[in-house]
Amino acid sequence: MNYPEPARVLEPSEETVETPRPAPKPGIKLSVRHLDFYYGSQQALFDNNLDIAQHQVTAIIGPSGCGKSTHIRVYNRIFELYRDQRATGEVLLDEKNILDPSQDLMELRRRVGMIFQKPTPFPMSVFDNVAFGLKLHYRMSKSEMAERVEDALQRAALWDEVKDFLRKPGTALSGGQQQRLCIARAIVVEPELLLMDEPCSAIDPIATGKIEELIYMLKTRYTIVIVTHNMQQAARVSDFTGFFYQGRIIEFGTTNQIFTNPINKQTEEYVTGRFG
Amino acid sequence: MNRRPPTGRRLINFLVSGLSVLASLLGITLLGWITLEVIYRGLAAINLDFFIKLPTPPGMAGGGLGNAIAGTLAMTGLATLIAVPLGLLGGVYLAEYGEDSRLADNSRFSANVLMGMPSIIIGVFIYAIVVVPLKHFSGYAGALALAIIMLPVISRTTEDMLRLVPNTLRETALALGAPRWKVTVLIVFRAARAGLITGGLLGVARVSGETAPLLFTALNSPYWFRSLGEPMANLTVTIFNYAMSPYSDWQQMAWGASLLITVGVLALNLTARFVLQEKK
Repeated sequence: MNYPEPARVLEPSEETVETPRPAPKPGIKLSVRHLDFYYGSQQALFDNNLDIAQHQVTAIIGPSGCGKSTHIRVYNRIFELYRDQRATGEVLLDEKNILDPSQDLMELRRRVGMIFQKPTPFPMSVFDNVAFGLKLHYRMSKSEMAERVEDALQRAALWDEVKDFLRKPGTALSGGQQQRLCIARAIVVEPELLLMDEPCSAIDPIATGKIEELIYMLKTRYTIVIVTHNMQQAARVSDFTGFFYQGRIIEFGTTNQIFTNPINKQTEEYVTGRFG
Repeated sequence: MNRRPPTGRRLINFLVSGLSVLASLLGITLLGWITLEVIYRGLAAINLDFFIKLPTPPGMAGGGLGNAIAGTLAMTGLATLIAVPLGLLGGVYLAEYGEDSRLADNSRFSANVLMGMPSIIIGVFIYAIVVVPLKHFSGYAGALALAIIMLPVISRTTEDMLRLVPNTLRETALALGAPRWKVTVLIVFRAARAGLITGGLLGVARVSGETAPLLFTALNSPYWFRSLGEPMANLTVTIFNYAMSPYSDWQQMAWGASLLITVGVLALNLTARFVLQEKK
């Protein structure tokens, strides 16, 4: 197996984004070590090992049912909603194991945001949708909250479309807008890692294009892991790619290498569309 | 291979669909008949006095069922105050926390049994554990009996309505770092709001026609109530007594009370439908 050298230096070239965080030193944001995962007695992930480079986009590809979503759902321990699911091994976020029982889940989930396959606006106004996470984690004045909400909507490239409809229900937006609303809602609490579980599979190609642009802008500020079925999308947006098959990580490398010069035969067959 | 002629199949099709249409027509006709009969006979009893006056002895003109209306409202109100919070919490446990655990399975089963239990048994039960020890009938006992009947209805509808809320919504809220109780109260309740209100309304509608449990608990009274601690007049027991009496003016009152309950239950059901539709 092939681990990435986290040596690619960031190019802070995006003028659209305000000052990136101080010292985005290229390093490893998250390391997965010997991760096994079980649905009841059924094992779904086998000895996953992986490093996620900071301020880069890592794509996870593979055929349906190969464990892509299962894998990233460990990073924020959202799988624990279901009593028969369990994970063993280590997931180190900034070198601290988040699978440790003493890990504060609220804090973990503030640091690790998640975007789901289907847009999931809450049954409340656009503004309240974005403010929801803020109210959970911060105390602030109304005006500061309005500023933070606007800022998040700006960065999610949604502000211009919704600024006159902040009081309208979030569910009244179009599918693509709803997904950007979800992104705004996730980034407003300043997560460090953003997980995207097939964020474009339920929306049209134009909206998909907008979200891909958005991912490109967001990576200066966040570390992004995206699960996708769409190989072109992985090639377009990601810096690193991991190929999953039957719960195992078959190959991991720079996106360029995985798509142009895969070492593993299965990877090659998958990325060239011959199976999966 | 001979193809079967289609005549037999067509005949059976005609018969079966004909029978099912007939059956549903019969249902609608009966409902219409009952409603019309109640309106026709009850309307004559309805006037202002009916709502605000005390009943008079048979043979005396005037009078009303004001005390029974007040009693029914008070007991149903108190029963709702008891059953809605408990039923809601029970439904939340079943849908959000217990899920398939043994305790949840058993409570769900018990609720189903309780829902199917003849209400007279609930009445006798409260009679035995409340009325007998206290040595008198009371509005509290009546409200308690009604609350027990409402409880399983509300907790099961609550559970069903909460289960309709997609899990992705819970996951999203949890993924933002919300604790489980906030996910339930701020997100799931809000998403299921129309369904929850409907559940409460249907629970009230379910008990507003109950007679047997009140017969054993609140009994009846010819007076306005001063507190819920005494026997209390109510519409259903009044209907029971008046309709069985030989006096035509009392029977008239019973029809009036029947009309009032019918309209009330109809209004609750229509409101419930309206609330659910508004949501969509």
